[in-house]
Amino acid sequence: MEVPRHWRLKQQRYALVGEVCPHCEGKIFPPRDVCPHCGGEAKTPYTFSGKGTVYSYTIMHDAPAGYDENVPYTVALVKLEEGPMVTAQLTDLDEQGVQIGMPVEMVTRRIRQDGDERGLLVYGYKFRPMIAGAR
Amino acid sequence: MRDVFITGIGQVPVGEHWEVSLRSLAARAMLAALHQAEGLRPQALFVGNLLAPVLSHQANLAALLIDNAGLDGIEGHLVEAGEASGAAALHSAFLAIASGWVESALVVGVEKVTDYIGSGVELALAETEDADYETAQGLTLSGLAGLVMQRYLHEYGVERQALGVFPTLMHANAVHNPNAMFRKAIRREAYAKAEMISDPVNLFDMAPYADGAAAVLLSSRAAIPAGFAQPLVRISGSALVTDRLALHDRADPLAFDAARLSVERACRMAGILPGEVNLFELSDTFSIYAALSLEAAGFAPTGRAAQLAEQGEFALNGRMPINTLGGMKARGNPIGAAGVYQVLEAVLQLRGQAGANQIAHAQRALVQMLAGPASTAVTHVLERVS
Ligand SMILES: [Zn+2]
Repeated sequence: MEVPRHWRLKQQRYALVGEVCPHCEGKIFPPRDVCPHCGGEAKTPYTFSGKGTVYSYTIMHDAPAGYDENVPYTVALVKLEEGPMVTAQLTDLDEQGVQIGMPVEMVTRRIRQDGDERGLLVYGYKFRPMIAGAR
Repeated sequence: MRDVFITGIGQVPVGEHWEVSLRSLAARAMLAALHQAEGLRPQALFVGNLLAPVLSHQANLAALLIDNAGLDGIEGHLVEAGEASGAAALHSAFLAIASGWVESALVVGVEKVTDYIGSGVELALAETEDADYETAQGLTLSGLAGLVMQRYLHEYGVERQALGVFPTLMHANAVHNPNAMFRKAIRREAYAKAEMISDPVNLFDMAPYADGAAAVLLSSRAAIPAGFAQPLVRISGSALVTDRLALHDRADPLAFDAARLSVERACRMAGILPGEVNLFELSDTFSIYAALSLEAAGFAPTGRAAQLAEQGEFALNGRMPINTLGGMKARGNPIGAAGVYQVLEAVLQLRGQAGANQIAHAQRALVQMLAGPASTAVTHVLERVS
């Protein structure tokens, strides 16, 4: 199992840590080596608020291996309030379901269970509907 | 740069070839292409494949396929660009001839998906996404298409059922293609009732993955003997453009910039405008991608591709026929081989060998293959040499 990889990504996955560009102050998530706004090198960590809105979504009925325990599940493009967009599962959805533009906030949940080799559990960010008035 | 011509084509029918191995699938297409080429022999092989290392546990594919097909000793390359692997292999072969490196180069796209049973194929395909930030969230290629389609419907106020025009058209076009996987027309009622895969993407919006192999031989003018029997087709434009890999990193996920730019560059190279082609073989791996490809190429205003398709603009007798032999949806999607099938089908049209679906007086074709939501786009302009 890819333990080093999960360990390496834990800051991003547990705390939504991206980067702020030291040259143009652009906020970057997921982290990248070169700022997409100005082309400068980016490496200053920045923790995102975890608040955003749904830009688009899809309801997955056909899950790949390791993701089948929650079928059907919803994956969204979430536009973070700081600007970047992130791909994440939605959780805690009520019967109203999802709408484009819906405010959401980040939570940490189990994302995947590997059936093989001791069944490693992978945790990371998901987003849930923002409770009305909590903003 | 030297002119590049297509001097041989070969294909196996797309489908489930349980009894045929990866190497034999490829060899059948390769030998068929060479058989057409009247003794022309390649000095290099370019292989387009995506899944062999994962599904067949076979890497080093160029050496294997050269060896198995009896082309001992020639130069070999594997080109991988997701679902656009075959088209990217063709682009590389084009560069090898145009630059003067070799006189003839064989391109083979091959994919063997039936060596593996279960959800492993979807997961292997999802490796063409950003593994850390897309695949890790349980997103498959159909999920990506779902994200794009949902936003498209929202932004342009298009009804979900409207996109059913594309699979319906593809199935109608495949009826007369003996190499197609599904040669049966479908009705719109069936589309409306199809089960959801990645809502709003349903089963009919998604091209079926299948085994396949297709090959084309490219040659320089100097290599072609006098009195060559096949009608000659020239590759007059070839462009490969990449975009941000992850959908979430794009300023406008509906823009398909790589698709647009590759059409612009290939057409500029060919000295034509996109509207001057007689047919467009596009990448309908998902219905929504057919719509966005048409819009990116300028054949439909944004948000209106399905509406124009409904009016018959992209049918065989329409203003700009698309996927004249059934496209990915009905011919089948042999993934890394798909881009070579498209080119081969365009060559059939330009040679006047497309049978019942022949486009009258076809002089030029535009051919485009995308990886996922156009993270890589490869576009070629083919031209009949009169
Ligand atoms: Zn910057």
